[in-house]
Amino acid sequence: MLFALRAFQRRLMNRLLTWQDLVANKPALIAAGVLAALVFTALFAPLLAPFDPLAMDLDSLRLPPDSAHLLGTDSKGRDILSRIIYGSRISLAVGVIAALSSLCIGVVLGMIAGYFGGKTDAVLSQIFDIFLAFPSLLLAIGISAVMDPGLASAMLAITLVGWAGFARLVRGITLSLKEQTYVEASRALGASTSRVLFRHILPNALPLLLVAGSLRVGGFILIEAALSFLGLGVQPPTPTWGSMISLHRVYINSAPWMVIFPGLAISVTVISFNILGDFLRDKLDPRMQV
Amino acid sequence: MWYFAAKRVLLFLPTLLGITIITFILMQALPGDPVESMAGERATAETIERIKAELGHDKPLFVQYVLYLKLIAKGDMGRSVYTNRKVSDDLLQKFPNTVKLALAAMLFASVIGIGLGVVAAVKRGTVWDRLVSLLSVGGISVPVFWLGLTLMLIFALYLRWLPPSGMGNGSLAYIVLPAITLGTFSLAYIARITRSSMLESLSQPYIEAARAKGLSETKVVLKHALKNSLIPVVTLIGLDLGSYLNGAVLTETIFGWDGLGRYALDGILKRDYPVIMGVVLFGAFIFVTINLIVDISYHFLDPRVRVKK
Repeated sequence: MLFALRAFQRRLMNRLLTWQDLVANKPALIAAGVLAALVFTALFAPLLAPFDPLAMDLDSLRLPPDSAHLLGTDSKGRDILSRIIYGSRISLAVGVIAALSSLCIGVVLGMIAGYFGGKTDAVLSQIFDIFLAFPSLLLAIGISAVMDPGLASAMLAITLVGWAGFARLVRGITLSLKEQTYVEASRALGASTSRVLFRHILPNALPLLLVAGSLRVGGFILIEAALSFLGLGVQPPTPTWGSMISLHRVYINSAPWMVIFPGLAISVTVISFNILGDFLRDKLDPRMQV
Repeated sequence: MWYFAAKRVLLFLPTLLGITIITFILMQALPGDPVESMAGERATAETIERIKAELGHDKPLFVQYVLYLKLIAKGDMGRSVYTNRKVSDDLLQKFPNTVKLALAAMLFASVIGIGLGVVAAVKRGTVWDRLVSLLSVGGISVPVFWLGLTLMLIFALYLRWLPPSGMGNGSLAYIVLPAITLGTFSLAYIARITRSSMLESLSQPYIEAARAKGLSETKVVLKHALKNSLIPVVTLIGLDLGSYLNGAVLTETIFGWDGLGRYALDGILKRDYPVIMGVVLFGAFIFVTINLIVDISYHFLDPRVRVKK
């Protein structure tokens, strides 16, 4: 039995790690390439950006794209490409960190609800439902509106919006995993609850969590962009993709590049996350395999 | 079955209470002291105490929460700090506009989404299928506000086919771009679900039977397969109606649509907290109410769900 389970687990993890799968799936390969490039861009922004993203140049206001400014300049003469390169740091950081932190909260509370059942489960599930009862962006707006807007408030708002979805998922997985023989066996051997949860249930839930997490990062990046657009995210002059669009939407007719390019950056990033998430789900989520 | 409906309605109450607890906590966390700002800078300590007593701010938190609940039960969500108008009056005044926009968006999303899903399923594995799947990934990935601005740029400013913004006294042309902008996200989901649901139906034996008795392929697809694929799609359409409130904040801002979303943004920009919290609370109420209705009607409509009970 144990052997079979190990094999199952190894099969899941191996599948994740085979490059052949990725290479065979062109869209997923491209998406992975885009994301790798994006991480590289965010890490080495100071080396890659042709200009200082904050440097205003009053001689070159609202220039259309040309050889010096590949994506043009904005209403304060700042280089748009450089601002998009720096903006990638905010989007990625908020998206990924919010996904990880909401996943952590979701895992702990979801496992507790699913494993202990009974009253604990009833109370926790009710709390999950309450958080899920809010339209996500409205709740994020409410949370970030009561804080000083910035990186921390955006991350906290998105985490508080996102954790309940993960918690419900983890609860469901835990409910089914705790009936497995190996969990029973480990309990019979006198393993502590936390050992059962973190050594037996969590590792087996990991592939599904990876899928859920990767599918949600894109949505989180969109919420961050929306908060920035509404003025509730990271504040100017720090460039974020959302605020670049909101600051210049009045120029949409005369200087559309100031709005189009940051939006393309968001779209390409989120599309890549979603394609990669779909790919992982097809590979790792047994419920999806028909 | 009635037992189920009653149970769902009962479960609805703690959710509503929970929502008010969260908005209450958010109100407590607001920066600045509302009492001090009401009293003004030169207020004496007694004045501040008096206002606190009037507002119930000297009472324990739990009592304050009960007072808050009582107000909400009466439909009182406070007054806007700027206009001094009742937030509840404003909400009721703006809500119909948002409903109109949401319904138009839903109509667009359902018609086009189901159409694309059917095409993708029937032409499975072809270029069309791939095009639809690309479109449906794109639809959930593009930021709503950017999509709105881009559509406005193309169709209103360059081609001049449609007005760029405003409500135009209810003329139909004004709702087209906002509805497309707001509906695209759910269009993508509808296309996706329709496709997979259609693929499942198309593999059923009764499809073979329909073909065998010589029905035209169009009839087989539309009458037999599509009809049986629609239940998950209809559920999705119903559940999504609540989430249009998310997109409405952004869409209405872009297109100057005088609904709840733009009202919320005005509140955000002016830090008008009663307005922000009013919209959040109202939005959540609408959202759970729609979910409840969809859930119960789903139960009545789909015999398979009933049998499982």
